[in-house]
Amino acid sequence: MHHDEFQKQEGNIFTKSFFVLLTLVLIGVYLVGVRCFKGLGAVSNMSDGYPWGIWITYDVATGTAIACGGYAVAILVYIRHHMHYHPLIRSCILTSMFGYALAGLSVMVDIGRPWNAYNFFVPSRWQGNSVMFEVALCVMAYTVVLIIEFLPAILYSLEKSEWRRLHEFVDSLPLALTPDKAKLARRIDKVRAVAGWIRPLLDKVLIFFIVLGMTLPTMHQSALGSLLLIATTKLHPLWHTGFLPLLFLINCIYIGYSIVILESVISAYAFKRPIEVKELSGVARIIPWLTVIWLSVVLGDLAYRHQLSAAFRFDFYSCFFLLEFALIALGSGILFRQENRWSPRWLFVSAVLIVLGGALYRFNVYLIGFNPGAGWTYFPSLAEVMVTVSIVAFELLAYQVLVKLVPVLPKIHLHGHGKPGKTKSEQKVTA
Amino acid sequence: MERQSRRGFLKAVGTGAGALALAPVALASSGAPSQVNNEELGMLYDATKCVGCKACMAACKRVNSEQGTLECDRAAFDQDALWDAPTDLTGNNRTIIKLYKESGQPWSYVKLSCMHCQNPACVSVCPVRALTKDRRTGIVDYNKDACIGCRYCQIACPFNIPKFQWDRALPQIVKCNFCKGTFLEKNGTTACASVCPSGAILFGQRKDLLQEARSRLQLNPGKYIQTIYGEKEVGGVNHLYLAGVPFAKLGLPTLPEAAPPGFSEKIHHTIYKGFIAPIVLYTTLCLIALRNMKRHEPEPQPTRKEGK
Amino acid sequence: MHTNADACNDVSRRNFIKTCATLTAFMGLPRSMLGKVVEVIESNTNLPVIWLHFQECTGCSESLLRSSHPTLASLILEKISLDYHETLMAGSGEQAEQSIRESMVRNKGKYVLVVEGAIPTAENGVFCKVGGKTAVESLIAAAEGAFAIISIGTCAAYGGVQSVAPNPTGAVGVRDIIKNKPIINIPGCPPNPYTFFSTVLYYLTLKRLPELDTLGRPMFAYGRIIHEHCERRPHFDAGRFAKAYGDEGHAQGYCLYQLGCKGPVTHANCPVQRFNDVGAWPVSIGHPCIGCTEPDILFKTSIAEKVQIHEPTPFDKYAPVDGGKKGKGADPLTTALVGLAAGAALGAGSMMAKNLPGSSLEKKEKQDHGKAK
Repeated sequence: MHHDEFQKQEGNIFTKSFFVLLTLVLIGVYLVGVRCFKGLGAVSNMSDGYPWGIWITYDVATGTAIACGGYAVAILVYIRHHMHYHPLIRSCILTSMFGYALAGLSVMVDIGRPWNAYNFFVPSRWQGNSVMFEVALCVMAYTVVLIIEFLPAILYSLEKSEWRRLHEFVDSLPLALTPDKAKLARRIDKVRAVAGWIRPLLDKVLIFFIVLGMTLPTMHQSALGSLLLIATTKLHPLWHTGFLPLLFLINCIYIGYSIVILESVISAYAFKRPIEVKELSGVARIIPWLTVIWLSVVLGDLAYRHQLSAAFRFDFYSCFFLLEFALIALGSGILFRQENRWSPRWLFVSAVLIVLGGALYRFNVYLIGFNPGAGWTYFPSLAEVMVTVSIVAFELLAYQVLVKLVPVLPKIHLHGHGKPGKTKSEQKVTA
Repeated sequence: MERQSRRGFLKAVGTGAGALALAPVALASSGAPSQVNNEELGMLYDATKCVGCKACMAACKRVNSEQGTLECDRAAFDQDALWDAPTDLTGNNRTIIKLYKESGQPWSYVKLSCMHCQNPACVSVCPVRALTKDRRTGIVDYNKDACIGCRYCQIACPFNIPKFQWDRALPQIVKCNFCKGTFLEKNGTTACASVCPSGAILFGQRKDLLQEARSRLQLNPGKYIQTIYGEKEVGGVNHLYLAGVPFAKLGLPTLPEAAPPGFSEKIHHTIYKGFIAPIVLYTTLCLIALRNMKRHEPEPQPTRKEGK
Repeated sequence: MHTNADACNDVSRRNFIKTCATLTAFMGLPRSMLGKVVEVIESNTNLPVIWLHFQECTGCSESLLRSSHPTLASLILEKISLDYHETLMAGSGEQAEQSIRESMVRNKGKYVLVVEGAIPTAENGVFCKVGGKTAVESLIAAAEGAFAIISIGTCAAYGGVQSVAPNPTGAVGVRDIIKNKPIINIPGCPPNPYTFFSTVLYYLTLKRLPELDTLGRPMFAYGRIIHEHCERRPHFDAGRFAKAYGDEGHAQGYCLYQLGCKGPVTHANCPVQRFNDVGAWPVSIGHPCIGCTEPDILFKTSIAEKVQIHEPTPFDKYAPVDGGKKGKGADPLTTALVGLAAGAALGAGSMMAKNLPGSSLEKKEKQDHGKAK
């Protein structure tokens, strides 16, 4: 495969941001411990009227959409055959892998009886009418597929890298704890050999997993919308429609592309790498089409169901609907102009607007537009928010560490934008 | 906008309109109403006969407290833990008597518990068959050994009946199951129906309960609101109500006749019927991807060995 | 001797039947059994009884005599042949001892042994000796020929007041010494005399011992807790309590739970049968139940100590249909923090947007390349 397109991020792993993120993660671990002993009510404000709070709404429904960068770029690369996006694919897959794994972790924290989760694999317990059944199996399968898709990068690293960090660590150990160097070298060679043996085999069949990695999200992202079809009397008519699956599917694709732009710009800014405006402008071209289709379906459906007037009542629900609509319309409106598509600033702004609007849509469907009846109220508790923050922090932390261990980020193009020092480290990795 | 993109814009709107052509599926109602089974067991609660003694609450708790390890809901003022004083259905009880009292209006009690719907939303959404509807008796029962605690049933129920034990390390979903496994088999009726001193709670087959309800409505038209609540709501439910004050005042929601699973299942099954759509999608994508791959790698074998 | 016929002549037929009906109901027997009960009482059948006294106050015997239907007491006392009773019998000293010895031989296997009072076991049982024999010896000797033993009073049933820690005399109930005979415990301090009468009558009528609970007490009298049939229960259910003796609540006859009433954990039928035939029992006159029928409560717990309610029942107020605010909403701290975080994110985002290049060199290059082509 095209391993020469990717490079490791140089730098110390234990940076200041590493420790900040680690603290947030540890806070989350403590809170999950409290949840295990004192029940869900002790660390969240979920109640019988609002049994799903921000953990399901953000971590699962919105988080997986944000993780759909991998899905969206895979379509471009492998189906639309825009190979010039290929450099983006690995960091997208990594983000997707973390996003979905952590959505899975959130679910394990959120559900009340996780020890019974094995029932998903017991055929006598399968219940085909349930959308959640499909979402669960599909998401689990997709996470596995993402790991397989990311495996080539890890295997390459295992095989080709010098294991510099491991050697440094071993050297720093006191004499009493230092392992036998010869034995260690033999073990590393074995790992290298195994990795080198698996990699070409995997490369041959990878395309089938990649295509699976496009089929599965199509299924479960639309199913995330279908989950709320059952709430015919509890989801506000501004959002409850038979088009929920379609809307969620398109929503996840345009969020996916916007996230690719966002992640690319932010990570270039943070790691002081040049911004790949060429690739991003191409991605940015696609987004407005998707959002226009999406907005048209929303409006057309509202008109058909005679709910357009509800959108302009300027009550609680109407305001959130209009906000979501405005964010998406504005964000994609920016991208209709070519100059904006080539401008890092406007790429960033429009991506932020669309991600916010798209995420707000999911929040509206799952939480804000959900009304169980008189008297019920919900707002996340501090502990609940901290658990979500901690899970996101964990993802950022793991991403930060992994891009320094494995070649994930796109290699900086050699026509003048890279810092001189980089060339040397590139040579180190490809050696 | 350049002319190119304006045309493209209109194309996109057109595609959106085309997507709306999926309307027949997406906007479909549940279609023909599914058959109501009046042989199923149900309950008739007549609010005009209820005297608010709460013997039903005490009996239900006594008989069913082991299922779900029901505890007591302590009132805020109760320092010695003397009473079981819930103010709503909770993870510690399966039924409750509430009082509707507004000055100038006639008072009424109301007993709330699972409606045992003909087409239950909770059963439809449970991914692991923790909630099931018995084919013969129609009882909607809960199995804690299958339940994963995802609370989708709480989202789905139009009556907000299933309750979750938010304060437990090992939480369950709690709701009435007509005393199945605790009282029903040995006594042929539910604990609440057996202790009700005024006969406000009747337990039996839905057809008999409907007949009794209709005759009461006919014999005492002035006493009752002339509807049997639960006869038609969300496709019909097995827990029927008669009352002398409007049902909405008693906290019984005004609901359409369409059962929610009819809507949700129709769309979900149309998309996934026979798993055809996913397989077609996968196959198509594979073919395109493989064709693209062949196009991309025209170099002969020797080049491949480098850098891999 | 006062015969049954004489007894029946002392009371009107109607009162006699009425009393028999009360006893039938007391035993928990159906109305249809009334005929049989009457027949038994009118018949000449006779049950020999040996009544032993040990560590006791004789209150149980006194309680029997306090029924203000002396005719009823004598009715029953005519049905039993009381061969030995230290308080009631006419004889004394060696004559009395001879009476018991003869009765035990003559009625071997056919008499009921009634025990009143606890049996001291410390130091070979010297703390109670009657007629030169220790209580333990007397008990074992008398129990041998009895077909059943009735332990009347909490002392005989479970040890009573003398068995309270440190129990210097090693006082125990009958059940701790005799293991091979059926024992009916009729605890109470004192127990209701009708419970004793009915137990005897039950045996005479049905020729078997009544159903007993796990502590050996007849179910028909000890099957329910006081809390379940107390006349002040509605006050409990509504939260109306007497907080101190003589206060407003006490004067109003409110529930005595806060004063330490042991009703919720005591099995007995005092609120129903009441005492002295004047319809009085402790709670009805304003004193909390002290749990005198329970082995672990009487004298072992403080009278003022409140008990735990084991199966709480609903409170006497109603939940309104419109429950007001439910679920947990926004709290100021979280809202503030979330707002701050959102503000910070927006700020950071704006800074970043400002710092990013507005135009792009690459586009220009693209245009240049395009021109070059």
